[in-house]
Amino acid sequence: MASENIKTPVLELRGITKRFGDVVANENVSLSVYKGEILALLGENGSGKTTLMNMISGIYYPDEGEILVNGNPVSIRSPKEAFDLKIGMIHQHFKLVDVLTATENIILGLDEGKLNIKKAAEKIRNICDLYGFEVDPDQKIYNMSVSQKQTVEIVKVLYRGADILILDEPTAVLTPQETEKLFAVLRNMKKDGKTVIIITHKMQEVLSISDRVAILRKGQYICDKITAQANVQELTDAMVGHSVVLNIARPEPKDPKKKLEISNLTVRSSDGVVRLCDVSFDAYSGEILGIAGIAGSGQKELLEAIAGLQHVENGNIFYIDDEGNKEQLIGKDPLKIAEMGVSLSFVPEDRLGMGLVGNMDLADNMMLRSFRKGKGVFTDRKTPHELAEHVVEELEVNTPSVSTPVRKLSGGNVQKVLVGREIASSPTVLLTAYVVRGLDINSSYTIYDLINKQKERGVAVVYVGEDLDVLLELCDRIMVLCGGRVSGIVDGRTATKNEIGLMMTRIGGSGRDE
Amino acid sequence: MNSAVKVPLVHITRRKNIVWYRAWIVRVVAVIMALILCGIVTMLLVGANPIDVYKTMVVGNFGTARKIWFMLQDLAILLIISLALAPAFRMRFWNLGGDGQALMGCLGATTIMILFRDSMPNWLLIICMLLAALFGGALWAFIPAFFKSKWNTNETLFTLMMNYVATQLVAYFVVFWENPKGSSKIGIINQRTQLGWLPTIGGNKYILIIIVAVLLTVGMFVYMRYSKHGYEISVVGESEPTARYVGIKVRKVIIRTLILSGAICGLAGFLLVSGTDHTMTTTLVGGRGFTGVMVAWLAKFNPFFMVITSFVLVFLGRGASEISTMFGLNDSFGAILTGIILFFIIGCEFFLNYELHFRHGKNKEVQ
Repeated sequence: MASENIKTPVLELRGITKRFGDVVANENVSLSVYKGEILALLGENGSGKTTLMNMISGIYYPDEGEILVNGNPVSIRSPKEAFDLKIGMIHQHFKLVDVLTATENIILGLDEGKLNIKKAAEKIRNICDLYGFEVDPDQKIYNMSVSQKQTVEIVKVLYRGADILILDEPTAVLTPQETEKLFAVLRNMKKDGKTVIIITHKMQEVLSISDRVAILRKGQYICDKITAQANVQELTDAMVGHSVVLNIARPEPKDPKKKLEISNLTVRSSDGVVRLCDVSFDAYSGEILGIAGIAGSGQKELLEAIAGLQHVENGNIFYIDDEGNKEQLIGKDPLKIAEMGVSLSFVPEDRLGMGLVGNMDLADNMMLRSFRKGKGVFTDRKTPHELAEHVVEELEVNTPSVSTPVRKLSGGNVQKVLVGREIASSPTVLLTAYVVRGLDINSSYTIYDLINKQKERGVAVVYVGEDLDVLLELCDRIMVLCGGRVSGIVDGRTATKNEIGLMMTRIGGSGRDE
Repeated sequence: MNSAVKVPLVHITRRKNIVWYRAWIVRVVAVIMALILCGIVTMLLVGANPIDVYKTMVVGNFGTARKIWFMLQDLAILLIISLALAPAFRMRFWNLGGDGQALMGCLGATTIMILFRDSMPNWLLIICMLLAALFGGALWAFIPAFFKSKWNTNETLFTLMMNYVATQLVAYFVVFWENPKGSSKIGIINQRTQLGWLPTIGGNKYILIIIVAVLLTVGMFVYMRYSKHGYEISVVGESEPTARYVGIKVRKVIIRTLILSGAICGLAGFLLVSGTDHTMTTTLVGGRGFTGVMVAWLAKFNPFFMVITSFVLVFLGRGASEISTMFGLNDSFGAILTGIILFFIIGCEFFLNYELHFRHGKNKEVQ
């Protein structure tokens, strides 16, 4: 880079190494960041991006190496010392007090002499006006959306005078519209001379927001690239370490037969709110039915109703077996439904919240589906152990052994374990929700492949997704939900992103016939 | 402003895992340091030679054959109650009602012992006493479990409060059956006939209890580690949504486990009444329901480790009371020593979970 010789970096890392026990999270990482640039930090799950940033923001202390700020070697022992050096980090998990207002959260822990909420609120409004944030300083955190909470976190960092902002996967929880807003703000900050480091998985975002990309792989620094001269393929290959094919196959459904027939399904949440209203659709074997919709439009309730985990108020869910017999699923318990061949691979926002037990090892997690098998009071441990080894080998799960607790694996590997187990029971219906959320590109494509293999085996797949581009590439048909109602069902091969986007916000989209 | 590089004196990181023998080294070092501090405190406060004090502790536990048997009996009862709590805790059901459940076991056994002593043969009487004790303990655990599974009440408060109800019930029946009249005590039940007394083995009334404790330790280990029930308990404890997702009936598991937990506490009550004390008082269980919480936690709910932790606690308790008598001090001094030692034992868990790095040298262990 030509500019490197002229400018002193605002932040420079030299030979940073960090170990956790035997695991090397970062190894000899050297990296420079310059004033007024937006640097994207790219890497697969578990490549050490967050650990590296945590060392800059004072959460961890490096085992080896040094950090220089504006050319001076420094030691950052706490987040407060990071703030003194004008470095602030916005974490993936927000650190806010729910019952306090935005202002109270922002000034929390600051010693500015006499407490003056009004003056602080004034200062916050100025910051918001300067960069284009929308924040009500007097609003309580528990009344805020995820995006608003994130804004408060960013303002908190700016309020403390940060010149270097680190954002850890800020867009993972945002809608496309909210992401655009965030990027506008980041561009304003850049204009104001602030330096931004952003961690993200999403290639399109890297290309649209950053000036430069730095790539980490397995804890090591690989290279950096000027964004304007980079492309998705090149970045992905550098990140993964070998060439990756970025195509999702979509074979024609073979001999589709009706597997699920759902009619007039209505579901209310425990507090009486209607989550699903009069939903009717069919799912066919050998087909992937995509479900699109704004988060919280009833996707979760729909899948849970089919899996027997959700109380249904009205309607029918029929499962049609290979002989063509219809069976009502409503009123059956999850165990019975799972035995019939309906399998749910669900990834709630808390990845280990449902489906896997974080503190148990891989083999024990495999047992969740099978532990009742066999007579007697004792569990069979050999079969699940073998299944675990099989899944690890087949899906290339990166784990020290099958007796490692699942919570210690990175997101993509956790997902492979879950999907691997669900597929192992040879389901005839596979329900998946947000299976690639938070996964890096390589893991995501592995998961798409797995789903496609199930489709070819003749499984009826229901795929709830967020990324419209992927839905349009992967699914045969796409059902769009809007506020718990079916907004329409479109052909995945002919529909456009725009069309689906409109249907997501308005029943039927732009006046189409239902 | 912070141009001079100051490497922090120590920084703390979370350990990923620790080799088992290093963990034990840390624990042993903690106990040794605790003993040293106890010695210093003893010298400063009462001017006694610390070596003598420790000798007294050992003598208090192992001094005579009688003392050893007492200690083993104490250990066995504490271990049984701790084993009873373990499956509930593994399920993240904080059963603080071990005391009450064991007392209800005492009450059940005593009731049968007094009311039916003349109407059935001795062996049947003992079996009925056992069943009544199991029922009493199980009932006392079932009630909070039922409310928890039905209305999600807070089990910590509920089980805790049930202790006081049990104590009051026992207090009522102690007066109801008082013997001799006006003494407000039951006295030794069936002293002449020895009806409802557990048989002695070779004239020793403690051996049977110790055998029960040993069998229960192995049994509980196998139950929690290898049985389908044990697996369900772990899943429910770790993640209720996951349990429901794989079709485990969470309510059923909660109630079933607590009935087991309470029944084993009841068994401990039975052993106290029928095996050793042959009477019933409100303080018969003596807070073991709470000490058992500590035993179970320190052992991370592993039954075999619980043998060790319950031994440590019994040893300390008996040693401390021996010191009090030998040196003419009151009970508080024993409590001070026990407190210091427990502080170190519990405090060393920090060093098992976190690692300290010093400015020079790396990965150094402190303790």
